[in-house]
Amino acid sequence: MGILKYTMAAAVAVSLAGPAVAADKIKMGALATLEGAFAVLGEDSMRGVKMALEEFGYKAGGKEIELITGSSDATPDSAIRATRKLVEQDGVQILIGPLSGSEGLAVKDYAKTQPNVTFLNGSSAAQDTTLRSPADNFFRFSTEGAQWMAGLGEYAYNEKGYRNMAVLAEDYSFPYTQVFGFLEPFCRLGGKAPADARFWVPIGNKDYSSVIAALPDDVDAIFVALGGADAVNFLTQYEQSGGDLPLVGGSITVDQSVLGSKGNIRKSIIGTPSGGPMSDTWDDPRWDAFVKTYQGMFPDGFPSPSLFAHAYYINTKAALLALNEVNGDLSDGEKKFRAALSKLSFETPTGMVSVDERRNGIADIFLTEVIEGPDGNLVNKTIKVIPQVNQTLGVSYDKFLEYGQVSRENPKCD
Amino acid sequence: MRNFVERHTFWAIVILVAAALLVWMIFAVWPDWLVQMLGRKKTFVNTLLNGITLGGLYFLVASGFTLIFGLMRNVNLAHGAMYLLGGYIGYEISEYTGNWFLGLAVAFLAVGISGILLQVLIFRRMEGDDLRQTLVTIGISIIAADVMLAVWTGTTYQFSPPEWLFGATVLPVISVIKSSGAEVYIKYPIYRLAVLVVAVAVGVGLWLFLNRTKIGMMIRAGVNDREMLSASGVNVQLVFSVVFALGAGLAGFAGVIGGTALSIAPGEDVRYLLASLVVVIVGGLGSISGAAIGALIIGLAEQFGLAYFPTYGVVLTFLIMVVVLAVRPQGIMGER
Repeated sequence: MGILKYTMAAAVAVSLAGPAVAADKIKMGALATLEGAFAVLGEDSMRGVKMALEEFGYKAGGKEIELITGSSDATPDSAIRATRKLVEQDGVQILIGPLSGSEGLAVKDYAKTQPNVTFLNGSSAAQDTTLRSPADNFFRFSTEGAQWMAGLGEYAYNEKGYRNMAVLAEDYSFPYTQVFGFLEPFCRLGGKAPADARFWVPIGNKDYSSVIAALPDDVDAIFVALGGADAVNFLTQYEQSGGDLPLVGGSITVDQSVLGSKGNIRKSIIGTPSGGPMSDTWDDPRWDAFVKTYQGMFPDGFPSPSLFAHAYYINTKAALLALNEVNGDLSDGEKKFRAALSKLSFETPTGMVSVDERRNGIADIFLTEVIEGPDGNLVNKTIKVIPQVNQTLGVSYDKFLEYGQVSRENPKCD
Repeated sequence: MRNFVERHTFWAIVILVAAALLVWMIFAVWPDWLVQMLGRKKTFVNTLLNGITLGGLYFLVASGFTLIFGLMRNVNLAHGAMYLLGGYIGYEISEYTGNWFLGLAVAFLAVGISGILLQVLIFRRMEGDDLRQTLVTIGISIIAADVMLAVWTGTTYQFSPPEWLFGATVLPVISVIKSSGAEVYIKYPIYRLAVLVVAVAVGVGLWLFLNRTKIGMMIRAGVNDREMLSASGVNVQLVFSVVFALGAGLAGFAGVIGGTALSIAPGEDVRYLLASLVVVIVGGLGSISGAAIGALIIGLAEQFGLAYFPTYGVVLTFLIMVVVLAVRPQGIMGER
């Protein structure tokens, strides 16, 4: 009888331990654009995720982290398809991603239908992902496109002396956000960039020669917000066609994913000012350590981590830190975990980061300029660090909403 | 020509007037009302040239595609993958040797050989089963795209063409006359002009090959009646291999030419496959002259769309396709 009792107790214990063992693992999904025009950006994003996980030994809150990756091609529907697969089939509890602006808007809307999963942004940086009707379970520690432009409009107007500018950008939510972020202060100071001097091209456009021909010649400079292969194509063709206007770059136009591409050094881009959440040459021990780790882990990566590796790293690290804080407790619809994320304030390679009440990041922003580094690589030189920029760029939330939604025509500027 | 003028006098006059107008628009200094209507002359002339040169590039890719289809009734959907493969191989060779022309030659040969291998190892086994062959080419293109992504990663590659091909040249076309009386000439990239020259040369070469050589004669006979050709004692398999090698080689060749004009990156395969499909649908499947006309139309449509209404420019290409399919389903030069 005694033995039977023991066996039964053991059986019960085992059956109870069963799910407990499974719960010792946390499934984390990572979604990035491993296909299409932004494939190379997606690759670097995954490096950022791996860096953060490696730093924590693939463990957080006493539990092992299992990483499942998914791929999209920068279109919202591909992002939703990949997200659904990760959430509904693979059963991830935390999702890091997506990469591109309009993907972020779509995933935010999807997040509202999955209240038991927590979504952390990858590097998508469209404004309305968090500004208007945000999702309770979508966090963005990586800041967004208009924040990244902080100080650039003033710099172009005051320091560079530009008064009339043309705009060339991809036709979707992230470049709208960047153009808004750049033009808002530029036009408030008196600069001009009328709607007929703004050129919007589809993502993945290869042949810019006709757009280049259509650019007006009576402007002082061109604001270019293109990413990945699109930016590389434009810059080469601009040089080939003998273009000589100075450029002002969007955050991902002068990022390592463009500057580090294979081929000719693009002379036209040296000296291009830009702004973003990081700077390649920031002289700071935290940043140096981050770059060294990146170079050590990924000899086939870029000479220096791109904006995408940085953004994915920060969001993944935020998830891991919050998991540590709640001891890996994801029960009750991940409530405790989200509370920890909301309160989180932590050191990143680019300074302190926290989130506001709409779960959008507040972080330092870097004003930069492209230079040729000592080893011949093109890098961004830090001109200025603007501390702790929030999403409403210093004004109140209600006042900021009056500026209107980002679009091709906002701000008007003519 | 004379026949055409006699039979369609009205249309001949229309075409003549349009051509004269175009020449005038290119060389004359635009009066103000025209600038008001169409924007600056620089934009128009550059866009026109861009459209023609892009058409040249599309012709290089689509000519191989249409050649293979014409003879073998095999819609080779791996044609885009061959374009991309040619680009990558050309890049590796030209980086390694420092000789861009060597890269071009090796890309042509290597992709041509891969075409022969495909024909001998795979398509021969499903002879006469067109649908199965087409489905297999889809499979090959997917696998090839992933293998290439694994080998060359997602990075964008840019070729370094010889110095003299890089940069812009001044065309003898006046853009505007400044108020000071100085004439401003239009600048245009040398490389794109070179693309056009190469495309014309390849077109003429193909015409000579098909119309003036014995094997070209066999190919044309095969296009008309495959069974008859084999019954008359010609080794059809050999002819098939030659055509496949040539078609694939042209795709690889175009990979280097196009990769230098624009760039090489994953996704280009699908883009050029789609462009080739649209070009041959508009021009007529299986016809080389149709591919030339189709490529020119699509190239111009894409560029004018991009310059004058960038947001909705993409629609124009497909609109043309829809119109052609509705009015002349076999394509402009296609035969029923």
